[in-house]
Amino acid sequence: MAPVTFLEAVRQAIFEEMERDPAVVLLGEDVNVYGGAFKVTEGLLERFGWERVIDTPISESAIVGAACGMSYLGLRPIAEMQFIDFIVCAFNQITNFVAKGHYLWGAPAPMVIRGPSGGGVHGGPFHSANPETYFVHTPGLKVVYPSTPYDAKGLLKAAVRDNNPVLFFEHKFLYRRIKEEIPAGDYTVPLGKAVVRREGRDLTILSYAAMMHTSLEAADALAKEGVEAEVIDLRTLLPLDEETILQSVKKTNKCLVVHEDTKTGGIAGEIAAVLCEKAFGDLDGPVLRVTALDTPVPYAPPLEEYFLPNAQKVFNAAKELARY
Amino acid sequence: MSMQPTRQQHHDLYYYMKLNRAVEDTMVKLFRQNKIVGGLYSSLGQEAISVGTAYALERRDWMAPMIRNIGALLVKGVPPRDIFTQHMAKYTSPTRGKDGTSHFGDLENLHIVSPISMLGDLIPVMAGVAIGARYLGQKIVTMTWIGDGGSSTGVFHEGLNFAAVQKAPFVLILENNQWAYSTPVLRQAPIENLADRAKAYGIDSYVVDGNDVVAVYATAKEAVERARAGKGPILIEAKTMRMLGHAQHDPAEYVPKEMRAFWESRDPITLHEELLFSEKLLDAKGKQEIEAKIEALLEKDRELAENSPLPPPELAAEGVYCEGCHKIEPKWERPVAEVMPPKASTKPAWPATGYATGHGAARVAAQFIPAGADASGNGAGPLVRATSKGVALSRGKKKPIKPAASRRPGR
Repeated sequence: MAPVTFLEAVRQAIFEEMERDPAVVLLGEDVNVYGGAFKVTEGLLERFGWERVIDTPISESAIVGAACGMSYLGLRPIAEMQFIDFIVCAFNQITNFVAKGHYLWGAPAPMVIRGPSGGGVHGGPFHSANPETYFVHTPGLKVVYPSTPYDAKGLLKAAVRDNNPVLFFEHKFLYRRIKEEIPAGDYTVPLGKAVVRREGRDLTILSYAAMMHTSLEAADALAKEGVEAEVIDLRTLLPLDEETILQSVKKTNKCLVVHEDTKTGGIAGEIAAVLCEKAFGDLDGPVLRVTALDTPVPYAPPLEEYFLPNAQKVFNAAKELARY
Repeated sequence: MSMQPTRQQHHDLYYYMKLNRAVEDTMVKLFRQNKIVGGLYSSLGQEAISVGTAYALERRDWMAPMIRNIGALLVKGVPPRDIFTQHMAKYTSPTRGKDGTSHFGDLENLHIVSPISMLGDLIPVMAGVAIGARYLGQKIVTMTWIGDGGSSTGVFHEGLNFAAVQKAPFVLILENNQWAYSTPVLRQAPIENLADRAKAYGIDSYVVDGNDVVAVYATAKEAVERARAGKGPILIEAKTMRMLGHAQHDPAEYVPKEMRAFWESRDPITLHEELLFSEKLLDAKGKQEIEAKIEALLEKDRELAENSPLPPPELAAEGVYCEGCHKIEPKWERPVAEVMPPKASTKPAWPATGYATGHGAARVAAQFIPAGADASGNGAGPLVRATSKGVALSRGKKKPIKPAASRRPGR
C-alpha cells in the first residue's frame, strides 16, 4: 500500500463505513457535488447517491438536529461541520439535546460530528479553533482528536460504530502534511485508549493532534541533551485514558501536557487535577502546561506563531521540568 | 376524502380532551399537596390542539410534544400513570426520575421523541426523523409543536427551512396561545398570522381555530396525509389562548380581563360537547359513562404513582452512555440494494434546472433571463444589472453585473 495522507485516511474511513453499512449517511454543507470544502467527501456522491450524501443549508443546528433524528431510527449519520469553528452554532443542540438523551430517557444517538479544526494554517480567528474542551465538559459525548492517518481511519470507523454521539476533530494542519502507510482492509482503533508514541524514563509528555508531532520533535531534541521523554498520544479526550497516563507518570514521576487549545480550562488543567488526585505521591515536580495563549487565534503569521505552542516551547518546559 | 370525524372519532376526541383536562386537574391537586416535585404547566383551554392534531397521526407515525401537549401523549398511547410518575419524579416513571413533566419519550413502541426546555430544537430533530424514515422506506409522518414564543428561535427557522428543502414528511403545529410567559404575541412577531412564515420556506400552511377540535382534527388530518403523500412539510397555526399562567406559580395578571372572558366563553371541551349534544352524537348518559371511566382510570393511576418509590440515589451516576444496553437496528422497509452501490451510484450534477420556476417565476424570469437563454440562464451573456431601484436589463452600455444566482455563496 502506498502511504496515504491524513485527509485520505478520513475519506477512506467514511467510504468504507458507507460501503459496509447502509445505515451510514452523510450530511453537511457542500459535501455533495462539491465534495466538501477540503474534499474529504469527494467521490462519495458518485458512489452512494443523493439520498446518502446530503447537502444542507448553512444551518449547523439543523444539521446536528437532523442527524440526531436520523440516529433515533437506527441510522448512523456522519455530520460534517465545514470548519469545526462552526460547531458552536449548534452548541445547544449538541450539549442539551444530543448529549443528554441517553441519560434522561434512554435514547441512544449513534452519530458522528466531524470537521477540520486547529490552527497553524493562517485561517484566522474563525477558521482555526480548537473547541474540544467545551464538549469534554459535556457528559454523554465522546471526543476524539487523532494525530496520524492510521488512527484517523481506525478511530473514525470506531466512532461510526459507537452507540453514542462522537465528536471527531480533524486537525487541518495534518490533512495533507503527513503521510503514513495504513493496512488495506477493515480495522478499528478503540475509543478511549491513549497510545505511547515514544518510550522514555525521565518525564512524560501528554499531547494529541498536531501538537503530538510537535512533542515528538521536542523529544528528539531533548534526547540529544540526555533527557528521555515518554510521549503519549491521548487520541480520545472523553473518556480520558487515565490508566495509560497514570502508568507512565508512575514510571517517569514528571508530567508535561502540551495542547494547541488555549490554557485556561483546557484539558491540561483536568489532567493536572487527575494526577494530583491519583498520583500525587509519584510526582517529583509540578505538572506543567505548554498551550496556546489565552487569546483568540490571531491572523498575521508572526502573531499566530507567537500564539501557538511549538517544539522550542515544549523543549524549554521539558528542560525546566527535568531539573526537578 | 372527507376529513370530518365519524361518530366514533367524535367520541374519541371528546374522551381524550376530557382525559387531558382530568389528568391536569388531578395534577393540580397533587401540586397543592406538594407531591409534584418541580413546576406544573397547564394546557387548560388548549386541549383541542393537542388532541385534534395527535389524533390525525397513525400509530406508526412519530411525534415530539412540547411541555403542554399532555393530550397528544395520551392520544399516542401514554398511560396517565406515566405522566403522574414523571411529575412526581418516581422511580417507576419513564425517565426513572431523571427528568420531569412531559420530558420523556419512547423510540421503540410509541415513537415519541422527548422534548427539552430549549424551544425549537425538536424541529430539525423531527425533520431528521422524517428524512431518515423516508430513506428507510417507512411511509411515516413526523409531527411536533411549537408555541408563538418558540417560533422566535433561530432553530425554528433552521429546522423548518431544512425540512422544506428536503420536502420532509413533516407537520409543524404552531400553537399560538398568545402569551410567551408574559410577553404578548405582537411583541414576539409583528405579523397577524404566524402561519404566514410558511411562505418564506415555500411550504403550505393553514390557520385554524384552535378551540374547535373538529376543525383542528380535519386540518391536521389533511396536512398529515399531504405530507405522507410526499408533498412536503406543512405549518398549521392553531389560534387559542393559554388560560392559566406560564406555570402554577404565575397568576397571569398581565392578561386583560376582557380577553380572558372571551376565551373562557370558547372553552374547547364545552364547544365540542354542545356540538355532540346538538348533533345527537352524545347524551347525558353517554357523557356520564365517559366521566366515570376517566375517574376510575385516574384514580387507579394516581394511586399507583403515589405509592411508587423515589429512585435510589446511586441511579444518578448511571446511564450517561450506551454501553451495549441498546441494540441498534434500523427497520428497513425497502430493498437495501437500492441505497448501496452499484445501484445507488449516480452521476453528480448541479440541480439548477428548475431555476426561476417557482412562484412569480414568469415575472422574475422576464427580468433576469435574456431571450435565447435556457431556464438556468445558460446560452446568453450576463445582461442584468442591479440599481437602487431594483433590477433592470442592461442596454449594453454599462458594465454588466452577474445575476445573483451565479455568484458563489460566501460566509
